Amino acid sequence: MTEITTFSVAETLKALKNKEFSAVELTKAYLHNMENGRQYNAYITECADVALKQAEEADKRYINGTNRALEGIPLGIKDLFCTKDIRTTAASHILDNFVPPYESTVTQHLLDDGAVFLGKLNLDEFAMGGSNETSYFGPVINPWSKDKPLVPGGSSGGSAAAVAAHLCAAATGTDTGGSIREPAAFCGITGIKPTYGRCSRYGIVAFASSLDQAGPIAQDVRDCAILLKSMAGFDEKDSTSCNITVPDYESFLNREVKGLTIGLPKEYRPEGLNPEVAAYWDKAAEYLKARGANIKEISLPHTKYALATYYVLAPAEASSNLARYDGIRYGFRADGQHLDDLYINTRTQGFGAEVRRRIMIGTYVLSAGYYDAYFLKAQKMRRLIHNDFMNAFKECDVILTPTSPITAFPIGDESMLQNPINMYLNDVFTVSVNLAGLPALSLPIGLSATGLPYGMQLIGKPFDEGTLFNVAAKIETDAKFERK
Amino acid sequence: MAIDNLTVKRIAFLSRLKIEDEKIEATKEEFNKILNWIEELNEIDTNSVEPLISVNDATLRMREDVVTSGNCLKDILKNAPSAEYDYFAVPKVVE
Amino acid sequence: MAEYIIETTKGKWEVVVGLEIHCQIISKSKIFSSASTEFGDDPNVNVSFVDAGMPGMLPTLNKECVHQAVKTGLGLNAKINKYSEFSRKNYFYADMPTDYQITQFRYPIVGEGEIFVDLSDGSTKKIGIERMHIEQDAGKSIHDLNPTKSYIDLNRAGVGLMEIVTKPDFRSPEEAGAFLRKLRSILRYLGTCDGNMDEGSMRCDVNVSVRPVGSDELRTRCEMKNVNSVKFVMQAIESEAKRHIEVYENGGTIEQETRQFDPTTGQSKVMRKKEFAHDYRYFPEPDLPPLVLTDEYIEAVKAEMIELPDAKKQRFIETMGLTPYDAMVLCENKENAEFFEKAAAGHDAKKVANWMMSDFFAMLNKKRLDITQSPVSAENLGRLVELISTEVISGKIAKDVFEIMSETGENPEKIVEEKGLKQVTDTGAIETIIDTVIASNPDNVTAYKNGKTNLAGWFVGQVIKMSQGKANPAIVNKLVREKLDK
Ligand SMILES: [Mg+2]
Ligand SMILES: [Zn+2]
Repeated sequence: MTEITTFSVAETLKALKNKEFSAVELTKAYLHNMENGRQYNAYITECADVALKQAEEADKRYINGTNRALEGIPLGIKDLFCTKDIRTTAASHILDNFVPPYESTVTQHLLDDGAVFLGKLNLDEFAMGGSNETSYFGPVINPWSKDKPLVPGGSSGGSAAAVAAHLCAAATGTDTGGSIREPAAFCGITGIKPTYGRCSRYGIVAFASSLDQAGPIAQDVRDCAILLKSMAGFDEKDSTSCNITVPDYESFLNREVKGLTIGLPKEYRPEGLNPEVAAYWDKAAEYLKARGANIKEISLPHTKYALATYYVLAPAEASSNLARYDGIRYGFRADGQHLDDLYINTRTQGFGAEVRRRIMIGTYVLSAGYYDAYFLKAQKMRRLIHNDFMNAFKECDVILTPTSPITAFPIGDESMLQNPINMYLNDVFTVSVNLAGLPALSLPIGLSATGLPYGMQLIGKPFDEGTLFNVAAKIETDAKFERK
Repeated sequence: MAIDNLTVKRIAFLSRLKIEDEKIEATKEEFNKILNWIEELNEIDTNSVEPLISVNDATLRMREDVVTSGNCLKDILKNAPSAEYDYFAVPKVVE
Repeated sequence: MAEYIIETTKGKWEVVVGLEIHCQIISKSKIFSSASTEFGDDPNVNVSFVDAGMPGMLPTLNKECVHQAVKTGLGLNAKINKYSEFSRKNYFYADMPTDYQITQFRYPIVGEGEIFVDLSDGSTKKIGIERMHIEQDAGKSIHDLNPTKSYIDLNRAGVGLMEIVTKPDFRSPEEAGAFLRKLRSILRYLGTCDGNMDEGSMRCDVNVSVRPVGSDELRTRCEMKNVNSVKFVMQAIESEAKRHIEVYENGGTIEQETRQFDPTTGQSKVMRKKEFAHDYRYFPEPDLPPLVLTDEYIEAVKAEMIELPDAKKQRFIETMGLTPYDAMVLCENKENAEFFEKAAAGHDAKKVANWMMSDFFAMLNKKRLDITQSPVSAENLGRLVELISTEVISGKIAKDVFEIMSETGENPEKIVEEKGLKQVTDTGAIETIIDTVIASNPDNVTAYKNGKTNLAGWFVGQVIKMSQGKANPAIVNKLVREKLDK
């Protein structure tokens, strides 16, 4: 590994501007890391040719002074973002030959800012999973693994692993129930899921439309601020995109936390919470307190019901969103004598087990006779969970919680595989945020006794990502976490 | 609300997925486990709660009635597993 | 109106019918995408990535489709709902690229309304509208190009539809037919749908049940999908009602099912039974927030509303002296009504109406012309009627003049002038002709005087003939009798 690939995005931009190295040199260095890092299985598709062309263009722009905000920064793109003329699979067999004739709005923003795309990153199939083990292209390996291979978290596992192992300078992710924050925590890096409506969903393969949001995964808080600034913005093509100005997030990094009230939800500290997690949580609060913030216990009374609510709503939307993968217009097609046989064979062979499970659960909770008992009930619970946060934000500016109750676990963990609910429980601290549509950031806080990273989560008011960057930057400074 | 084997088959068909006969029982068990877990939501009385459909309580924007897309036949058919005479082709549909 | 009762040896039955009509919205682009709504183009040309249901594509709502729907709702005298919601209706079908249809379910844009239909016996009947919602159309499957394959064309996929659902208010095929004609008339007046059933821009599903006369039960209904003409809708009701009655009278039961009416046999056959029916799993469309209309918006659309057939008909009856029947016929089509009003301006409206309903429409029919292509302009038809009213020409001459007008498109005044067709009302000139006729027919004069007074008519005919039809018949009549009786 060459030293330049350990630079943050901010450091890299400075070096490129100062002509310390060229964008082509930089891209080649990352391509070299990718080649040597294939054991992580982080990339589904590498696109060296495209990347080098983009890097050449970047170098020209540095020379003629027309360099843009992310000129020459080599990024990895979660393979859920449609990229024009570059295969986009959603880590599914059913899309493994799909080449979109269009570009997602978020990746278009990045391209418009001069970013270089190194390739498409592995994920859980259709982003359904918390360990990256449901990918048709095989599991991603957490770079923090020691004796046994560990999961990187999911669903943006390829993104988190690639950033941690310096296989890209930063990456895009998507987060439906924790898919940016959990892998960021497991891999000792930083990620932010912005407010619902902040980033356009146009061109992102949909999992659960009312919960999905794109966001950056990067080495540190500043890099997330730089990337989110580029990725976010109003888009007419997405009717749920909000027309609210995107501030300069970097400018929040220098603000003080003095006077801010930090809420600690008591429901996130259940009996039996891992003492290491509890200790880091307290430590993070102490850092902020020492800097003049007020620490306040708050209550989010319906927290206990967030997971069950999520596991009704997300599969329901997914069952409908994934109906289009039927073998007719694109993607994998299996034979079938009649149309229904073709549908059934295509979908049964094309989708993996977890995706099939969620489609069927989703179909069930929407079906005649069960809609009110499950789907409508969950929508009402979602209102209560949303109201919990709105009430809490009357008393505090930011909410601080752990990102996950656990650290990265081994690939193929029996208890997780045998009971899907055990896997679902890992999302306990993250899903409420998606249900309420709020912004939330995860950053590393320290290592477990076994040497694996823990993450802290900051939850903000709608469209107040700036305050998250402000507070996160302070914790980051004080925690002095040593990244991989 | 426990589900039975027939429901599993019906849900699979509605989803256009196949479950091998020998896996129906296990699938039913698994579904019932998940559904049981979900039923903890019934602990909360939600009779007077409005369902939440859209988090950013925005209302729908409307687009001007102008033609700005289409005429991209090649791109539309490019990924099709089977296309003939500029149509998508499927096994004969009989009502 | 005359009741429609089906009488058998075993009893008397009445039909109960409700209609669901899908009307394609007139707009340039599709309801949720910006591809063109043009038809007749090559396959899959007017298709965007959204219409093809590509991964990551999102719907955006066309303003004009909402505008057209609100206009139509107002035209149906219906409540416009300020809050409405889009939902997904989930089912797998080759024509439906996302395998769900974006439609409205719990909260449609238009609520209850009513329209009045005119029946052949001169009565009118109120038909209730249950609701109207907007949704996207599916693509088309082509089955006859390949023996083992169907081909999918998505040009129509995503075109906006208005689905109008009536209450089960129809009690006869005639009422249903009259409703469809009235609905089509309203849609065309408004310019919100072209109403062509044969081209599929208006498609009708018919729900039929029967019950013994005097009962108010609602028995099992069967739905016949996509019946594609007014005539077939009427036939379908009749034959389906008879089928139900036969089943009931033989001790059977009718099952709720979807059927297809075959106009060649006049019978319907089953498409699918209820137990295999879809479970559509409707839920609110998460890609589209709720649609909220303001009072100001609805008021602004109200302000654009034009006079619709019922109001126009009433005005024609009340202020222009037309019979209800003439007014109804003239108002069914907006172009006819406008032509009439233009022609009648300043002239005898009733006479203009008579001319339109007889010679004028007959001429268009014969020439297979649309009223907008008529060689006789509205102004010239008015002038022709004026020439008759002021006795410049007789009704008989007028027919000849109209004949010329329909060939040349000329002004009737000019034709009458150039051909010297003006009616003779100068009594001196007429007397001269009468004297000639009397003088050259002494035998008939004698016979008249001996009591054969009906010969007066013969003398009148001779005089008019000699005048080449120009002599005013009333004057001739009067003078002939005076002279013969002298
Ligand atoms: Mg389909
Ligand atoms: Zn419909």
